[in-house]
Amino acid sequence: MERKLLNRFLWPAVATLVLFGVFFFTLHRISSGDLIVSDIPSPLIGKVAPPMDLPALTGPTERVRTTDFKGRPWMLNVWGTWCPACRDEHAALLQLAQVSGIPIVGLNWKDDAGEARRYLDGLGNPYFAVGSDPVGRTAIDWGVYGAPETFLIGPDGHILAKYIGPMTMEVWEKRLKPKLAVGTLQ
Amino acid sequence: MNPFLRRVVAVVWLSCFTLSAFAVDVEDTLADPGQRVRYEAITRELRCLVCQNQTIADSDADLAKDLRREVRDMIQAGQSDLQIRHFMTERYGDFVLYNPPLNPRTWLLWAAPVLLLLGGLLIAVRVLRRRSRDLVGAPPDADDSLAETSTDSQP
Repeated sequence: MERKLLNRFLWPAVATLVLFGVFFFTLHRISSGDLIVSDIPSPLIGKVAPPMDLPALTGPTERVRTTDFKGRPWMLNVWGTWCPACRDEHAALLQLAQVSGIPIVGLNWKDDAGEARRYLDGLGNPYFAVGSDPVGRTAIDWGVYGAPETFLIGPDGHILAKYIGPMTMEVWEKRLKPKLAVGTLQ
Repeated sequence: MNPFLRRVVAVVWLSCFTLSAFAVDVEDTLADPGQRVRYEAITRELRCLVCQNQTIADSDADLAKDLRREVRDMIQAGQSDLQIRHFMTERYGDFVLYNPPLNPRTWLLWAAPVLLLLGGLLIAVRVLRRRSRDLVGAPPDADDSLAETSTDSQP
C-alpha cells in the first residue's frame, strides 16, 4: 500500500517540483542578466585568436594584425557606425581604455571608412588601432554574428573571453578582468 | 484599347516583375549545376545566427548573405561539403548546424526520443502486468493466487 502511494503520488510530485525548480532557476538567471538566451557560445574561447590582417582606419601602423600584439593582452571590439548598441557602449569603451591599461583594437565591421572616421572624430577614439573590414571576411573568421562583440586575448595569443552586447565597466570587472588574471598566471 | 486587351497587357506586364522575385542572389549563381545543388543543400542546413529560426538560404540578413557568399566561394575553390561544414562550426559552433552532430554535448538530444520511448514502454509493461495480476488474483482461489505471487512478485 505504501509503495503504491509512493509510486502514484510522491514520485510524480517530486518530478514536477524538480522541473519547476529548473524552470524558475533559469528564469531567474535570465531576468538577472546572468543568462542571455540569444548568446551563442563561441567555440573560439581557449583557442588561438584567428589571424587578422586589415588596412588600418586609425592607428600607428598601416595594417592591423593579430600578430602585432604577441606577448601582451589586448581586446578586439567589433563595431560599426550602423549599430546603435555600439553608440551605447562608446562612453564605456573610452573609460575602459583609460582604466584597463589594455589596448582596445577596433574591428570596423561592414562599414564605410569615411563615416567611421567621422564617428570617431565626433565621439572620441577609444581604440589603440582600428582595422577596416568592409566585406566582413575577417569577422566571419572570428565567428562574429552581431555588433558589438568584445574579445579578450591573452599574452599567449589565446582568446580568454568573449562578451556579446554593449560593453560596460561592470562587464569588464566581472566577466573579462577575472579571466585575464587566470590567463597571465598560466 | 478594349478592356479585355488592356487586362491582358496588364497581366503580362505585371508578371514580368514576379520573375525578378526569384532572383534573390544574382551574384550567388554557380554555373555548374552540380555545384548549384550542393550550394542549395548546404545553405539549407546552416542556421542564420542573427535570425535564429531561419536557414542562411532563407534569410535576408547581412550576415546570412556573407555566409552564403562564403559557401559559394568555398564550393568554387573545390572544397568538400565536410570542409565547408567544418569551417562553419569552427567559427560558430555546432549551433550553426540544423543537424547537430553526435558528441558528448548532444548525445542526450539524440538519445531523448529512444529514452522516452523506452520509458513509456517500461511504464506500459508495469501497468499491464499489475493489471493482469489483479485480474488473476480476483477469483477467491487460494492456490491460484499463491502460485501467482510466488512466480510473479519475485523480481
